[in-house]
Amino acid sequence: MVSGLINANPVVYEKKERRTRSSPGDVDEYAVEQIDQLEIFDHIRDIKDPEHPYSLEELKVITEDAVEVDDNRSYVRVTFTPTVEHCSMATVIGLCLRVKLMRSLPPRYKVDIRVAPGTHATEAAVNKQLNDKERVAAALENPNLVDMVDECLAPSYE
Amino acid sequence: MNFADENFELREVQKLEGHTDRVWSLAWKPTTGVDGAPAVLASCSGDKTVRIWEQSSATGSFQCKAVLEDTHNRTVRSCAWSPSGKLLATASFDATTAIWEDVGGDFTCVSTLEGHENEVKSVSWNASGSLLATCGRDKSVWIWEVLPHNEFDCVSVLQGHTQDVKMVQWHPSMDILFSCSYDNTIKVWAEDGGNDDWHCVQTLNESSSGHTSTVWALSFNASGDKMVSCSDDLTIKIWGADIMSMQSGDENAPWTHLCTLSGYHDRTIFSVHWSREGIICTGAADDAIRLFVESEESVADGPMYKLLTKKEKAHDMDVNAVLWSSTGNKLLASASDDGTVKIWELGSSSGQKKLQL
Repeated sequence: MVSGLINANPVVYEKKERRTRSSPGDVDEYAVEQIDQLEIFDHIRDIKDPEHPYSLEELKVITEDAVEVDDNRSYVRVTFTPTVEHCSMATVIGLCLRVKLMRSLPPRYKVDIRVAPGTHATEAAVNKQLNDKERVAAALENPNLVDMVDECLAPSYE
Repeated sequence: MNFADENFELREVQKLEGHTDRVWSLAWKPTTGVDGAPAVLASCSGDKTVRIWEQSSATGSFQCKAVLEDTHNRTVRSCAWSPSGKLLATASFDATTAIWEDVGGDFTCVSTLEGHENEVKSVSWNASGSLLATCGRDKSVWIWEVLPHNEFDCVSVLQGHTQDVKMVQWHPSMDILFSCSYDNTIKVWAEDGGNDDWHCVQTLNESSSGHTSTVWALSFNASGDKMVSCSDDLTIKIWGADIMSMQSGDENAPWTHLCTLSGYHDRTIFSVHWSREGIICTGAADDAIRLFVESEESVADGPMYKLLTKKEKAHDMDVNAVLWSSTGNKLLASASDDGTVKIWELGSSSGQKKLQL
């Protein structure tokens, strides 16, 4: 392993089987299709961890249950679990989640991103930063950060 | 004025389209919208430009008269007209503040203020136009003296906030500066004597019944003895000070918490503005605009405020800025993540009549 990693030996879990949506023949194709937990999870499960060649799903940084969605209120909250509690990559992971959802969901959506309670040493600070849209906007004008985010997001577009 | 007898509502007058990214901030040009001078509004955006909108005296509708571009190379976060309306200051994430001069509708960048380490987030002129304040992510507040020939001299760099500073705002009549921050506090800055010795005279924090999360914006009432602030803690707070003792030279006259309006907002409140007629307007991340007025039930221990009206879905996305026109036309402008600016008027919902204040 390359030295200097925050978490050099993360536990890697098996990916969940991909469920395909059942589509019976009599579905009204003009009906509004609700955005659900699985759809949101599908958008973010393949995001690559910033320092490992594994997806956030494989590292259990996110699970399907970590996604709460209320399509009627156009609201999503994603709760992620850093692999170690001093993970300095937590804000980058949060930024990746936010950017991916920003690009994938209709603009009416309100998105909150947070680290799971008790899983990060500076939980409140990380949450505050990830939900300050001015700081997010400024971060996304930083070419180095954008490159880093895009690299993590690339597998999720395949 | 009497807000008790009727129901009021905000009516959309016009939607201004042109920005290609979120609109962050707005500024009505002083001395316009009155005495035959057409109203002029500036808006700034994540698309790195500033747009100047002018109301046609013939049709009453606003049109884009100028696009200020190719100067800032990142988001333009805030804009402010000098009191005379001759200069427009724009603060950008590119770490600079640009000063634009309006020569017959042609805007030229006449000065660039450099010094902040990174994102500049807000800019404000004092009442006389002799001082300019800026603040940013580097946690500092800068005070600039306005010299002849578009020269600007930094007279003070104020340290004190422990996190990035979201907004600076001068008192409407006195040279007292207010700043609010990601560190949850509001700081009051004043000059000691006349020798550019600026310092923090008060910090409004949690122990002064202040906010418990980022303070995004603040605004003053017409007489300058009350201030309203809005926050990520989902409240707005009203503060008061003894204006008489401030005017007699005591810049240390303390600001005290008068009341907190909670339970009205359920997402971050980004903007608050107090109209000259006493109507407090908020713009929030729930896409809504709300208006509050002092309630007749205000008691001896302090004023109370009530919701006058709420405009749900005022925009398709977050409302980043709300701003009353300071002149006779009583218009409200709002800016949003949806890339649009909207012009509103307040009327009674029964009579469809424009509110006469």
